[in-house]
Amino acid sequence: MNYHWDWHFFTRQVQAGDETYVDWLLTGLGWTLACSLTAWIIALSIGTLVGTLRTTGSRGLAGFGATWVELFRNIPLLVQMLLWFFVVPELLPRDLALWVKQDMPAKEFVTATLCLGLFTSARIAEQVRAGIESLPRGQREAALALGLSPFQAYRHVLLPRALRTVLAPLTSEFMNTFKNSSVAYAIGLMELTFQARQMQEDSEQGIETYLAVTLLYFLCAFIANRGMAWIERRTRVPGMIG
Amino acid sequence: MPLLELVDVSQSYGTHKVVDRLDFSLERGTIGCLLGPSGCGKTTVLRCIAGFERVSGGEIRLEDACVSGPGMHVPAERRRIGMVFQDYALFPHLTVAQNVAFGLRGESGSQARVYDLLHTVGLAGQDRKYPHELSGGQQQRVALARALAPRPQLLLMDEPFSNLDVDLRERLATEVREIIKSAGTTAILVTHDQHEAFAIADEIGVMHEGRIQQWDSAYNLYHCPDNRFVADFVGQGVFVPGTVTDPETVEVELGRLRSRVPIECSRGCGACGRGCSVDVLLRPDDVIHDDGSNLRAEVVHKAFRGAEILYTLRLNSGARVLSLVPSHHNHALGEKIGIRLDVDHVVAFRQPEAGPRTETLIEPDSIPLLKRAQGIRAA
Repeated sequence: MNYHWDWHFFTRQVQAGDETYVDWLLTGLGWTLACSLTAWIIALSIGTLVGTLRTTGSRGLAGFGATWVELFRNIPLLVQMLLWFFVVPELLPRDLALWVKQDMPAKEFVTATLCLGLFTSARIAEQVRAGIESLPRGQREAALALGLSPFQAYRHVLLPRALRTVLAPLTSEFMNTFKNSSVAYAIGLMELTFQARQMQEDSEQGIETYLAVTLLYFLCAFIANRGMAWIERRTRVPGMIG
Repeated sequence: MPLLELVDVSQSYGTHKVVDRLDFSLERGTIGCLLGPSGCGKTTVLRCIAGFERVSGGEIRLEDACVSGPGMHVPAERRRIGMVFQDYALFPHLTVAQNVAFGLRGESGSQARVYDLLHTVGLAGQDRKYPHELSGGQQQRVALARALAPRPQLLLMDEPFSNLDVDLRERLATEVREIIKSAGTTAILVTHDQHEAFAIADEIGVMHEGRIQQWDSAYNLYHCPDNRFVADFVGQGVFVPGTVTDPETVEVELGRLRSRVPIECSRGCGACGRGCSVDVLLRPDDVIHDDGSNLRAEVVHKAFRGAEILYTLRLNSGARVLSLVPSHHNHALGEKIGIRLDVDHVVAFRQPEAGPRTETLIEPDSIPLLKRAQGIRAA
């Protein structure tokens, strides 16, 4: 193989400007983290809400929740990214559409984060629903019999228990969010994958670049995993499994 | 004015009627019990009273205000009830004290109330434990303390002792009765276990096929059952055929039975003395072992009960009766022993074959448990 290995290229200046390749890599990492973490917050809030709605026993709310879930999990993430970026702005009122297309700050970031957040929310909703439905019927009824409103029953009994139960699948979902954020390169967000392609073209050190990016993704997911494991340990009811 | 009143309450799942025009009421401070085999609809009644289910007909009134009725349903959280569940439904992520304090939601003095209640139910000092660290009986007490904490106007208990072993069950039932009584709470218990019902309740309603067959004291349910189902479900016993010769006398294979009260074989029939054919209920304590008696019966089965032995005896005709005998009278299977009858008051039901069907609520065929004495009609 004629490949010219050069692990020091990272510190070299890029051809297009006065930054180094490490700067590019760190910029990518920064966008990946910003996009993933913000998307995760959106996904967790909306997912918990939608998953809860599906268990309320109200037809309207449950129907809304079901529609939400089906809408966001039946379309490939990449297609959703493109839809949000190219199609949705066209559907907005004229003035708003113009603003979104021309003046909205960090347009790629906002679109990618929203898209990833909503996509993941559908998956979280299903996990939260499963968690709530796995609880014995008596838990909800005991809370109601003690005079709590349905909202309070969810807040103090059902969700604290259900979320503990589904922490393991939520961990996977959190890790997925980091990995899925790579799809945002398709709409031009300068996250890790986008930067990697750019570095490869600029430096022709593709193997080192992708190895470095792989390691960074791996670390992100791994730290996310460890973080969730810590939460799991902290919130575990002493002496109980799950 | 009763605290709780059910008027014509019905509940169906699809076309299946689970509760059928049920009526009963409960005075303040009493402990009532719905007793019946599984599937009789008793738990559904309790869930309707709690407000977890809407009724499909009739009305439930609490403190003279309608809480369930046509087009009307007060949600459970606004009924001021307390509920103890079969599986206790404790909140596993909260400590014992947090569980008990749950319904108080931080109102002033709640800590003292929690401490008092834990003391009352015998769990002082366990407040920091989690539910799963407690035994079944202790969890049961936490569930009771939690339900009583907000001072409910009505306490509902769904098979509260069925997960406990038999020994603990009756002891705890008695204890729970004391606690409820001293709190002055009105309560309803649902159970299939008559000993539990006897131990805890002032009034018991025996339920079958969605209806209350008899609402009465434990004593009356056992000694004066209104119909065959109650006679059969409460306590042990067999039916033997007999003929009423005058209002106080009935002839059965074992001899002539004198009743201290006029025999009524069906409600509204009045004292009968016209040679009606009836089935006479014989409890195990009505048949006395007496070596001096001429009447002999063969031991076909025996169950050792400690202080007593429950003998199943075969009469000459082949009919079987039960007899409860002090356990030092130990007889072998196949042995013939002397017996006599000692019946204080005769419980008899008109034989369904004879004459028009009376208004007895139960069809004899529908009673799976009926231990009808066999073979005697052929004799």
